[in-house]
Amino acid sequence: MIAFQYSRATDVADAIRQVSASPTARFIAGGTNLVDLMKDDVERPSQLIDITRLPLKSVAETGDGGLRIDALVPNTDLAYHPLVESRYPLLASSILSGASQQLRNMATVGGNLMQRTRCAYFYDVETPCNKREPGSGCAALNGLNRGHAILGASNACVATHPSDMCVALAALDAKVNVAGNAGERSIALVDFHRLPGTTPQRDTNLGPAELITSIEIPASRFTQNYSYLKIRDRLSYAFALVAAAAALELDGGRIKTARLALGGVAHKPWRDTAVEASMQGQMANEATFTHAADQLLRDARGLAHNTFKIDLARRAIVRTLTQAANGTPQSQSDKRVL
Amino acid sequence: MAQTRTVSQTAGSTIPVPDKISIELTVNGTATKLAVAPWTSLLDTLRDHLNLTGTKKGCDHGQCGACTVLVNGRRINSCLALAVMQDGAAITTVEGLATGDALHPLQQAFIDHDAFQCGYCTPGQICSGVGLIAEGRAKTPDQIRELMSGNICRCGAYPNIVAAIQQAMNAMGGKS
Repeated sequence: MIAFQYSRATDVADAIRQVSASPTARFIAGGTNLVDLMKDDVERPSQLIDITRLPLKSVAETGDGGLRIDALVPNTDLAYHPLVESRYPLLASSILSGASQQLRNMATVGGNLMQRTRCAYFYDVETPCNKREPGSGCAALNGLNRGHAILGASNACVATHPSDMCVALAALDAKVNVAGNAGERSIALVDFHRLPGTTPQRDTNLGPAELITSIEIPASRFTQNYSYLKIRDRLSYAFALVAAAAALELDGGRIKTARLALGGVAHKPWRDTAVEASMQGQMANEATFTHAADQLLRDARGLAHNTFKIDLARRAIVRTLTQAANGTPQSQSDKRVL
Repeated sequence: MAQTRTVSQTAGSTIPVPDKISIELTVNGTATKLAVAPWTSLLDTLRDHLNLTGTKKGCDHGQCGACTVLVNGRRINSCLALAVMQDGAAITTVEGLATGDALHPLQQAFIDHDAFQCGYCTPGQICSGVGLIAEGRAKTPDQIRELMSGNICRCGAYPNIVAAIQQAMNAMGGKS
């Protein structure tokens, strides 16, 4: 790890002032990803601005029945929050499927959004990586790309976004509130992360001197018919090969509303509202779910080692939607997939 | 944070080397003042500055759990925590679990169930298990396994670790 300066921010304005004064400074909260990346020399900030003492630690209902979650709420506290457990069980389930309890205790909501890909070439500074060093090439494109993207990738980058929480947030229509020198603004979660294109060094649409202050989720609609299914190489404490978040509103056997998002398959949580709209009014059965999976994956492309993920994703989508329709969400402790 | 020296960072650029920063930690009940560099992890602070070598360095990347300690009662990976950010916190390491010569119920349970072989992961397993019991979320063996998944045991003592945690959980009546 390189030498760096350390400072503490006293309030949001001070945090933005400090980061504006030093373009190579970075905010730090839980640090579970940033400190790790600094140990490997992937991240080399000149200064860390400690935001953990900012008053951004509450979970509160919004006027329209939704929930506002401050950026510094630890992942564990969010997953176990009574309002999240009762009204947003899909979100709770997704959080508990990720990392370990120690890491969830440290990691914050804002940091979860800002975490970087776990592509092994991004971590290995001896290899080319356009995300780490723009213009150097992509070692994963023709390398060991078994875990890499099948949707929305480019020749510059085939990395995936590693978050589970963000997949559920995408399905739940969350938005991200940020503060910067120009004031405050909101970004839809699905627009917060980017596809790699020719600029994979930019993971998100956050401005250089902007700070995530909170996220907001609209009023709860999916407390019965939901599921978060994460498929990975070991049953816990591993990143997803494919993850699926599904939520349904049913009217008898028919679908009133469908939400479907994928993780582990692209540079951002993958959601296609046209596919969801096409499920509306259809019977909640395997034929509908299979058709939806085919539509969602219509542009999927495999690399040398990850073509299996296309089939895996198709089956995971059908299974997750079936679990949601049956009201039998995937347990994150009993690992049997029913 | 006076700035006295500089070091080369990337080609052509230098940053001032910060002096060490004064912090206060309450470690196993004892208030401790010390000065640390910004990049010193809590793990290295415990082992190298305070000579508390019970907490182990395994991967140093948050992937193995050997470095697990309790910060303000919650289990974390001390290898990924910067000591300077823990200023004012209460830290409990494996050295702080026993009361005099009386072992913590989970320490005793690890002996009763032979819940280790080489022992390197054990301090982290025990601190993690103490955190798990305090959380009160795990009831079944499945749930214990899931919420202990951040602690790797390459000797494979997992069945006995789960049994030890169950014993301590019952002995403690779900209390920490």
